Amino acid sequence: MISISPVAVPGAPLARRNPVAKVAAALVFSFTLLATLDPVAPAVAIGVELAVLPLFGIRYGVLARRAAPLLLSAAGIVVTLVLFAAERTGRTLVEAGPVAVTSGVLLTALGLALRMLAVALPGVIVFATTDPTDLADALVQNARAPARFAIGALAAFRLVPLLGQEWQMISMARRARGVDAGRNPVARLRLFVSTAFALLVGAIRRGTRLAVAMDARGFDAATPRTVARRQRFGPADGLLVAGAAALAGAALAVSVALGTFRPLIG
Amino acid sequence: MTARVVLRGFGWRHAGRRAWAVRGVDLSVEAGERVLLLGPSGAGKSTLLAALAGLLSDDSGEQEGTVEVDGVDPRADRDRVGIVFQDPESQLVMARCGDDVAFGLENRGVPAGEIWPRVDEALRRVGFPYDRDRPTAALSGGEQQRLALAGALAPRPGLLLLDEPTANLDPAGAALVRRAVADAVTADTALVLVEHRVAEALPLVDRVVVLEPGGGVRADGPPEAVFAAHGDALAAEGVWVPGRTVPPRRATAAPGEALLTADGAALPPRLAPTDLAVRAGEALAVLGPNGAGKSTLALLLGGLLRPGAGQVAATRELAGRDAATAPHRWRAPALARRIGSVFQDPEHQFVTGTVYDELALGPRRTGHGEAAVRATVDGLLDRLRLARLARANPYTLSGGEARRLSVATALATAPRLLVCDEPTFGQDRRTWLELVDLFAELRDGGHGVVAVTHDADFVAALADRRLTLARDPAAVAA
Amino acid sequence: MNHTDSNRWRTIDIVVASVIAVAFGVIFWAWGLVWSATEGAFAFFPPAQTLLYGVWLMPAVLGGLVIRKPGAALYCETVAAVLSALLGSQWAGTVIPQGMVQGLGAELAFAAFRYRSFRLPTALLAGALTGVGAALFDFLVWNAEYDLTGYRLPYALLTVVSATIIAGAGAWALLRALLTTGALDRFPAARARTPI
Ligand SMILES: Nc1ncnc2c1ncn2[C@@H]1O[C@H](COP(=O)(O)OP(=O)(O)OP(=O)(O)O)[C@@H](O)[C@H]1O
Ligand SMILES: Nc1ncnc2c1ncn2[C@@H]1O[C@H](COP(=O)(O)OP(=O)(O)OP(=O)(O)O)[C@@H](O)[C@H]1O
Ligand SMILES: [Mg+2]
Ligand SMILES: [Mg+2]
Repeated sequence: MISISPVAVPGAPLARRNPVAKVAAALVFSFTLLATLDPVAPAVAIGVELAVLPLFGIRYGVLARRAAPLLLSAAGIVVTLVLFAAERTGRTLVEAGPVAVTSGVLLTALGLALRMLAVALPGVIVFATTDPTDLADALVQNARAPARFAIGALAAFRLVPLLGQEWQMISMARRARGVDAGRNPVARLRLFVSTAFALLVGAIRRGTRLAVAMDARGFDAATPRTVARRQRFGPADGLLVAGAAALAGAALAVSVALGTFRPLIG
Repeated sequence: MTARVVLRGFGWRHAGRRAWAVRGVDLSVEAGERVLLLGPSGAGKSTLLAALAGLLSDDSGEQEGTVEVDGVDPRADRDRVGIVFQDPESQLVMARCGDDVAFGLENRGVPAGEIWPRVDEALRRVGFPYDRDRPTAALSGGEQQRLALAGALAPRPGLLLLDEPTANLDPAGAALVRRAVADAVTADTALVLVEHRVAEALPLVDRVVVLEPGGGVRADGPPEAVFAAHGDALAAEGVWVPGRTVPPRRATAAPGEALLTADGAALPPRLAPTDLAVRAGEALAVLGPNGAGKSTLALLLGGLLRPGAGQVAATRELAGRDAATAPHRWRAPALARRIGSVFQDPEHQFVTGTVYDELALGPRRTGHGEAAVRATVDGLLDRLRLARLARANPYTLSGGEARRLSVATALATAPRLLVCDEPTFGQDRRTWLELVDLFAELRDGGHGVVAVTHDADFVAALADRRLTLARDPAAVAA
Repeated sequence: MNHTDSNRWRTIDIVVASVIAVAFGVIFWAWGLVWSATEGAFAFFPPAQTLLYGVWLMPAVLGGLVIRKPGAALYCETVAAVLSALLGSQWAGTVIPQGMVQGLGAELAFAAFRYRSFRLPTALLAGALTGVGAALFDFLVWNAEYDLTGYRLPYALLTVVSATIIAGAGAWALLRALLTTGALDRFPAARARTPI
């Protein structure tokens, strides 16, 4: 079933940090790593990410399941690079027509795949431990996001699991009314498109009704809103962001020290 | 906070409609008064409540006359009004129950320190059984309805508006919500309640207002006086006047052969193993508390879901040589010819853009000529009083109109077996009688009817046999 | 035509914009269920990936066309990105800045017409510019190591073309279809209807 609730053990020391701090830390960490194309810095970074995982209260199995599509993408990178590499240095391992698989190409592919994993994992970790309500609260209170927009988006997120069920209901309604596609792939695609369209229409109708219900409870009132749930951005949260920057910097430093560093630009 | 309502010559026409939904209403409600708003389906009751809550915006229609709550247009200042709609799911905003009740308080700028005590008080007043962290997605329909009531009560409105707050609840759940309303409404809160089933609502109110479909107010006063003076006329127009029984429609012949059987059919955790057989010429009522799995059973019988355990099998009488395969594996047109399904939420039924096309879809799909389709559709439109809405979009219908249309779509193909989920909720007395007649005719013509329902009158009038599902704690916990 | 003069967003604008973004997230999820077999092909065959890209960019253009207020395109695409991060997309955190860059593209197109024109050419331009945003992001961040003429440039061009056709023309056609259902009756895009 489709769901957006966090999967972490509640109360883990880093999972409890302010959501804005967690997202900022993930972004700082990821974007620092984007600066290099070598395999060493991402490898170090992945080591760091796996090491802090218990502090976020995520079990390794859960992470593996969430990150599984990443492995497919990593394989995709290797194949694409073998076909479209910019330069083919090193010893030639396999040669088939215009495609030459060289040691240099494989090393670059490894670097890119590791980099992609290293850049994506912080986000996976942070969002797996973050509750949407807390994120919206923190965005409003600590990042000065406009409250009406943050709360409006949050209310729409609550529809996600409902829309999953709605998809099933629409499919059943069509079947009950005598509409189906059988095994013909073209008919299946058309049914998929028309079901997706019905879902979109239904979602907009639901959104309209939800907006009326929110207005009925004073959402668009001119009175300034108060907040029931306080989100604090304390020294520990600042430390989390600084720590993320420091660790990513350290990963780059290791790569520079070993002489493998290859900047993205230049 | 107290509120005083004054309507002068009030009317509203929805965008895209030529007819006025309500018109010429002069009415005032004093602080502390409790009013039951009645009228046939489509008379404009829900529209009037929306106007009182300040929810009819300029871009959605045209207004006549004035609405005032405490001397101001409620659109400008909604702080005095709380409203609970018929459909609880689309009025819950937050993911956790406590946060949802707090939402209205935050919007109104209640100081942070006061919010949680007031949330707890509101939850206590409606008898909410869980704590504040409970996810709203994990509530049954009745629990959602009580939570919505708590959300409306927490800001302490002077005027509380309730639109069929117990539709779709089992009798115990409905009684709980009514008790919660009775306990929660303080002496100076005005209450306007819309509810078709008058007998159940009467203990909550001290005044009855009946809307006239063409415009204006038909009757207004204390319940006994109104029903004594206009009882017969109101009953004829569709009001459920208390004390008037409905004629039973017993089967005229003994039931025929079995059409469909369920053999230990189950879908954990939604439905525990269930055995039943539906016969031709028989109406079977399926009863049980909210969450017992009635709708799930209906979907299994309708060939729309695959049983997780056990089986659902059609007989040769229903399916001929196809009886060897389970209904959920039939192609859709074959299914629609044999088994008709009516979903619990009427809007789930609709797949086209107008009332007419909606009714014509089934007959067209099962290969009828255009003339035959037109005759079938016109007949149904007339009997269910939807004729003037033939070109309307199904999603703009009133609650009761949408329900009738969804039942009519399944009737249009005259399937041998009809499986309906709550076919009569939200109906006035006249359309209710019409629906019962339609079902009775089908049954007496040798069709099988399965109706999932909380409606005791419907069971008493029509059902030949009943099956009561229990809420199996083991299955629910699994 | 009931044009709303004020640029202030009504509650219904905010919620429906969010819902459009969310519905696209769910449709992608359902796509995965129905056509799981094709996912592998998308990962290995880059041109197919750019095709899917155009669909990803639709919320930005559709949001702008429906809401018709400054910020709508940017908001829709950003919310879609945050949702996919919460649902556990493999790109997680990085989709958020990426979504913002893409949304900004469409936003610029609507701003260029001063939020007055919402016809097909505007939609096409909005689609093309979101495509440019997406292509730039990928060109610089993800595709640095690939062959320039053999891969990076064709990939970027294909992205822009697919965005123009699928996100631009596609969103415009989708809007037409949505208008006939009556779901958008409270938005300025809905024209006067004949009453029934
Ligand atoms: N959004 C809408 N757009 C167009 N017409 C509408 C809309 N909502 C309601 N109507 C029409 O206005 C009339 C009054 O509807 P309303 O929902 O107020 O009736 P009601 O008295 O509450 O009926 P019921 O008992 O069936 O719920 C109906 O004919 C209905 O079709
Ligand atoms: N799509 C679904 N996925 C998971 N659980 C569901 C789903 N639909 C219903 N349930 C759960 O299964 C149980 C039975 O649901 P069902 O809708 O069949 O009950 P019901 O008897 O029809 O109740 P009601 O009288 O409220 O309509 C409930 O606990 C419900 O929460
Ligand atoms: Mg109504
Ligand atoms: Mg049910």
